[in-house]
Amino acid sequence: MAATATTKDATGTVLSAIILILVAVLAFSIRLFSVIKYESVIHEFDPYFNYRVTQYLSKNGVYDFWNWFDDRTWYPLGRVIGGTVYPGLTLTAGTMWWIFNSLNIPLSVETVCVFTAPIFSANAAWATYLLTKEVKGIGAGLTAAALIAMVPSYISRSVAGSYDNEAVAIFALVFTFYLYIKTLNTGSLFYATLNALAYFYMVCSWGGYTFIINLIPMHVLLCIITGRYSSRLYIAYAPLVVLGTLLAALVPVVGFNAVMTSEHFGSFLVFIILNVVALGHYIKRTVSAKMFKVAITLVISFGMVVSVALAAILVASVAASPTKGWSGRSLSLLDPTYASKYIPIIASVSEHQPPTWPSYFMDINVLAFLVPAGIIACFLPLSDASSFLVLYIVTSVYFSGVMVRLMLVLAPAACILSGIALSEAFAVLTRSIKFKQDKSEVLMDESNNGSKTSQPEKDKEIVRERPSKKSRRMEKENVEKVLEKKEVKQWSLLLPVEASAVGILLLIVLGSFYVVHCVWAAAEAYSAPSIVLSSHTPEGVHVFDDFREAYAWLSHNTDIDDKVASWWDYGYQTTAMANRTVIVDNNTWNNTHIATVGTAMSSPERQAWEIFQSLDVKYVFVVFGGLVGYPSDDINKFLWMVRIGGGVFPHIKEPDYLRDGQYRIDSQATPTMLNSLMYKLSYYRFTEADGKGFDRVRRTEIGKKYFKLTHFEEVFTTHHWMVRIYKLKPPKNRLRGKNKKRSKSSSKGGKSSSWKKQEKRNPWH
Amino acid sequence: MAVLRLIAALLMLSPILSLAFSPENPTNQRILVLLDDLAIKSSHSIFFKSLTDRGYNLDFKLADDPKLSLQRYGQYLYDGLIIFAPSAERLGGALDLPAVLDFVDSGHDLILAADTTTSDLIRDIAAECGVDFDEDPEALVIDHTSYAISKTDTGHTLIVSDNVIDSKVILGEKKLEAPVLFQGIAHSLNPANSLVLKVLSASPSAYSANPKAEISNPPALIGSSISLVSVVQGRNNARIVISGSLDLFSNKFMKSAVKTFGSSVEHGKSGNEQFVSELSKWVFHERGHLKAVNVQHHKIGETVEPATYRITDYLEYSVEIFEWTGKDWKPYVADDVQVQFYMMSPYVLKTLSHNNKGLYSTSFQVPDVYGVFQFKIEYRRLGYTSLSLSKQIPVRPFRHNEYERFIISAYPYYGGAFSMMAGFFIFGLVFLYHK
Repeated sequence: MAATATTKDATGTVLSAIILILVAVLAFSIRLFSVIKYESVIHEFDPYFNYRVTQYLSKNGVYDFWNWFDDRTWYPLGRVIGGTVYPGLTLTAGTMWWIFNSLNIPLSVETVCVFTAPIFSANAAWATYLLTKEVKGIGAGLTAAALIAMVPSYISRSVAGSYDNEAVAIFALVFTFYLYIKTLNTGSLFYATLNALAYFYMVCSWGGYTFIINLIPMHVLLCIITGRYSSRLYIAYAPLVVLGTLLAALVPVVGFNAVMTSEHFGSFLVFIILNVVALGHYIKRTVSAKMFKVAITLVISFGMVVSVALAAILVASVAASPTKGWSGRSLSLLDPTYASKYIPIIASVSEHQPPTWPSYFMDINVLAFLVPAGIIACFLPLSDASSFLVLYIVTSVYFSGVMVRLMLVLAPAACILSGIALSEAFAVLTRSIKFKQDKSEVLMDESNNGSKTSQPEKDKEIVRERPSKKSRRMEKENVEKVLEKKEVKQWSLLLPVEASAVGILLLIVLGSFYVVHCVWAAAEAYSAPSIVLSSHTPEGVHVFDDFREAYAWLSHNTDIDDKVASWWDYGYQTTAMANRTVIVDNNTWNNTHIATVGTAMSSPERQAWEIFQSLDVKYVFVVFGGLVGYPSDDINKFLWMVRIGGGVFPHIKEPDYLRDGQYRIDSQATPTMLNSLMYKLSYYRFTEADGKGFDRVRRTEIGKKYFKLTHFEEVFTTHHWMVRIYKLKPPKNRLRGKNKKRSKSSSKGGKSSSWKKQEKRNPWH
Repeated sequence: MAVLRLIAALLMLSPILSLAFSPENPTNQRILVLLDDLAIKSSHSIFFKSLTDRGYNLDFKLADDPKLSLQRYGQYLYDGLIIFAPSAERLGGALDLPAVLDFVDSGHDLILAADTTTSDLIRDIAAECGVDFDEDPEALVIDHTSYAISKTDTGHTLIVSDNVIDSKVILGEKKLEAPVLFQGIAHSLNPANSLVLKVLSASPSAYSANPKAEISNPPALIGSSISLVSVVQGRNNARIVISGSLDLFSNKFMKSAVKTFGSSVEHGKSGNEQFVSELSKWVFHERGHLKAVNVQHHKIGETVEPATYRITDYLEYSVEIFEWTGKDWKPYVADDVQVQFYMMSPYVLKTLSHNNKGLYSTSFQVPDVYGVFQFKIEYRRLGYTSLSLSKQIPVRPFRHNEYERFIISAYPYYGGAFSMMAGFFIFGLVFLYHK
């Protein structure tokens, strides 16, 4: 009996190993659509910065990276990159590059960066397997791993080329949770230390680490309140807080924030409570029941006074700070309307907006329907570990409802719970088929057979429970009881064969829907690199490569020290691809600076010229989609520029740009709007392009069609007019007198009139 | 930096220009002289001779010569332009208003003279440079108090002025020996325009009107707001002289004796020759042309220029400034050259000390602010070309290992940490092994 169990176990192990490898292959390869459909290129905005930092790291080493003062962004302030960046991703990719190179595999930094995200999504799948296995066994683990390997929400952030913090952070997040649950199940100090290290990696990787440092304390608190305190809980939590906080403070970007901001206070509070509870348990064990009662009333009455005083001090000190000690992004988590009310720069980012219902279906698809089943499965029976999962899903659902970006945190939770649900459902359905057959064989003596037939099953149960049982020596009886209960339940959960078969079939169909949707999402929805656009026309695919065209123009035709101004969205790309100094970029650390650029963009030409001149700007570019219908261009972002600029410089007023509350650029637009630099730079000579000046994004004819630029000159416009680069004219060499030029002379000298009207034709069009 | 580069580029660009400021071939400059009438060549020969004597090659052309051209194959053929063709309604060949303005805008010099009859073209050129001639085509400058006593001039239009600008750079070291004779039209300048300067202005009793007609309205231009001769220095340091009188340059005026009405002194010779030749020296950059070279900065005690400074570093900054004398570069000496250490606003502003050999230097401490700074020199003085240098230099914060390792005031905390560790160790021992 034991021998067969071992072989069966071994086969199972091999099988699950193969499945895990296949899951990893799936996770990796489903993310390669972007490379196959487009090319091996870094995507979007932030990844370009990370790529540039990685290049610097691989060229100059860790210490120079740590101390890197970047003088090419945020001119003239500069940015201390080493102290303001989460170094986890960069260090990871840099290490991978270094390993490859020391193995004489000459990969470029770019290649490594492009494929970091797919590699880490495979890792994340494995981590998910481990976490789910720790809670609900191998079957659920494998299902969850397969689900997370292709969940669209995660794919959207980790396709090849999407070289962003989230790529490694999701792995780190799930792995930290796994180690926490593992510690909780085993009570091993070894895993607790590993847990702190994993947490450290997470802190290095992503600002989302605050989710961990709030979720785990919440779970600990939940365990304490529900009377589930054990020494395992203490071991799982105390080292994490102490070591984790120390380690987190080592990351330059976090530093003293680890002990000074409100986001971390919860963990310390829970740490104190945990210690008090631990002390209480210790005292309870050492003193008699009567003494304990006396002691507890004493402590509680004394403790109440002290804690009330402490709370008052805390509240007062927190209330004294203007943001109540919370950073803007965190506040917008708690109060979803906070950002849009007070911080336009946060609200202006589309991924900080609340998601719509369809985006849930798009991003997690059928998982949304499986999650409730998973939650129910977690309550049958409720263990420390499964209660953690329930807490995780509940909080992440809330957070995802606040910011689209945090859908990403929801995805692993949804996958795990759906994995559990699917696995439990399959288990029930297959078992009922299997035992139905057994039952028909031995119908007579049911009571004996009952226990007999379930024997292998029970063996398996015991085998599976073994590792955790080791730790649960004290609660051995408890476990036994659970097992017996399970057995009873197994009998009660038997379904008719036909129903089970249909159920299995339906589940498979459901699964295939999910797979089809995920592959579609990976191939069509989330693979676009956003710097290269494509559209399908009857003649075939049309590629818009205007961004790189513009950046290449900048890097080839401008001086190395020239300053280029644009809206901050394009800052990272400009520094990375054009290698030119920018005024503002996607790291929005200085609101005033961004507001200055926003003000310049919303001012009339002359004022804008003065602002740019004071910043030593030589070139300004705008992104314009009106000719080809590219909707996320600067005109559509313009109101945010006005708002952000107006937030600091009150002479810019949003109503001046709106006609009866409506944002329009047609003939009804306000004069302020039509005279703003953004309008002028976007629509300069636009009428020449199609004759009417019809904007295909706004679907209207523009309001002011013929105008000249006095302080800017157009130097380059890309093929589809998506990027238009202007140069600031130098101050005039001479100042004209008051006398008007006589019409006589200009009509006389034929040439003298033609030189001014000479039409500048765009030679690239 | 950009300006330096611009100057360098200008110097390199045209081989003709490069001759302009090199000591080997100091004044081998080609100047195109446009005339209404070739008679002017002889009637103004003293002025032209003073130029040829100083080494300029003059190329005389009629203003309506159909082969006129300032540039060939994108290169300018001339370094300077003298337009002594006040009545030319249009210029010949490829020359027109924008061509003349482009010539100036590319850093070349111009002398423009108007006269009693001045065409719209000349007026337009002047207006583009910031000088507005009196709109009335018949108007002349009339002065009934400070006019030169002469037999022919009855309308008091031959006036005398010694009201010149007080600048040794523009008019030379020597004081004007005799007043300047002037007969021509008045012009005015916009006071807000910082690029034009009145060099010769009329006396307070002058006014601009048609001498042949009765004055029905008060004249538009009166008194010392009337400018007789003005100079313009463009932002690119191109220099322009605009005179309301062509006769100012003529042999007749230069040689004639001057006796101002109401004055007992009779000067045997008018101040015109001195005035005109000194002015031509200035306009052709024989005076007041500065260059700044060899900008250097380094930490104190080092000689190599670093790519970046750290906050609170001590540094030395030096620059050499020279002035062109017409033959070679001689050190420029002034006590008012200042350098700014600038990031959006000057953090340090220091006057440079010099060694009388053109080397200006100073040293200061980098402020405790990091960012991309500039060494900036903005030197603008009357008559001199403007110097505008900026050199970008990043200032970085401390590296992680440049902070103090141990801080004295933190010793209690160190003590606390270590005693805590020791205490916990002992407590552990006692707790575990004391029964």
